[in-house]
Amino acid sequence: MPTIEIVDAAVTASGPDGGVTILEPTTLTLTEQRIAVIGANGSGKSTLARLLNGLVRPARGSVRVDGIDTRKDGASVRRKVGFVFTDPESQLVMPTVAEDIALSLRRLKIGKDERRARAIEVLAAYGLDHLADVSVHALSGGQKQLLAIAGVLATEPDILVADEPTTLLDLRNTKSIADLLFGLRQQLILVTHDLELACRCERALVIDSAKVVFDGAAPEAVAYYRGIAI
Amino acid sequence: MSATPTLLGLYRPGTTALHRMPPGAKLLCLFVISIAITVVRGPESALVSLSLALVLVIWARMSLRVLLRALRPIIIVAVLLGAFQVWQRGWPVAIEVVADLFALVIVASAMTATTPIDAMLDTIARAFGPLRRFGANPERIALAMALMLRSVPGLLEIASETRDAAKARGLERNPRALLVPMALRTVARAQATGDALAARGIGDD
Repeated sequence: MPTIEIVDAAVTASGPDGGVTILEPTTLTLTEQRIAVIGANGSGKSTLARLLNGLVRPARGSVRVDGIDTRKDGASVRRKVGFVFTDPESQLVMPTVAEDIALSLRRLKIGKDERRARAIEVLAAYGLDHLADVSVHALSGGQKQLLAIAGVLATEPDILVADEPTTLLDLRNTKSIADLLFGLRQQLILVTHDLELACRCERALVIDSAKVVFDGAAPEAVAYYRGIAI
Repeated sequence: MSATPTLLGLYRPGTTALHRMPPGAKLLCLFVISIAITVVRGPESALVSLSLALVLVIWARMSLRVLLRALRPIIIVAVLLGAFQVWQRGWPVAIEVVADLFALVIVASAMTATTPIDAMLDTIARAFGPLRRFGANPERIALAMALMLRSVPGLLEIASETRDAAKARGLERNPRALLVPMALRTVARAQATGDALAARGIGDD
């Protein structure tokens, strides 16, 4: 498994009354295959997730993925770390299904026809190949999220960070997306409000008021979160 | 889902001669035809161009539905423009202007209906290739153009959402309740798209 090292990393934003702390100085080493991140809205979960691929840079401290610093070489980190957003709508940027996958494959510097062939292969692996030339707008919510994940996995990252990937989905789609995520060979960092999903991880972090307040086995973390939330 | 006209969503896969024509050649033809339509004067020639444009549509096997979807956004403009020309300069000029306008849009939509955006991006990237030596990144220029085109339907969607939200609160006559949230949502959407592109590593290399 890859190793993510967060050393004394803090995130601040400038607000009207000076700096606002979004994440207190945090030190973590993440090596387990599946790690859940749970906590209240606005507690800093997404910020922690975005630190991992360099979308957010720490104001102090450092974040390293397999030894690569997100601040020094964000591009290399993002090649290793795939990221799935809550709302697939914002992640899908091309008009048709196959074109969106092809966009991910542009990095491989292969010709147009090969790119298209590979995109169809990727789609087939997720059972989406019959929708290759359909407009992204015409997909259902579950299909959109599946496509977004397929687009990220097409680049073969070592780590997948998913920021509430099932929040907008119904029960059936949640199950199928979750089964897909838990079946991956990649390391999975799963930010979620779905405590059942969190329990399927080897380790879970509870975030509260910009701090990691619990770090341990998933069932205990969920119990701790229930304790502070209600 | 969304009923807004998606400009680039017009693409329909197919195997007609127009589909198989290289996108670069198609862009060039579009360029030449557009200039010809604009330069040649008179209502008769405008009607001829309009009929030729329709022949193109039949050749590309575009369905009537797709054609109407492409034309819907300009119908109001065409009607207003036509009425104005009839009033100011008489029927012949009105016919020329409206027929030219429709011919241009129809020819352009025949292009979008037969060219996948991915192929168009490749062509644009290649066309800008010589600029590489001046430090330009052609891939990035092509992507920026694609995003620009893609964001048009996105903006229309935001506009209609904002209108609905204002209506739900009884504020549909208040320009501030429309414009401020629309501007904010547009910027938010741009940021979300930027984040998504960065997360997918697009523009990193």
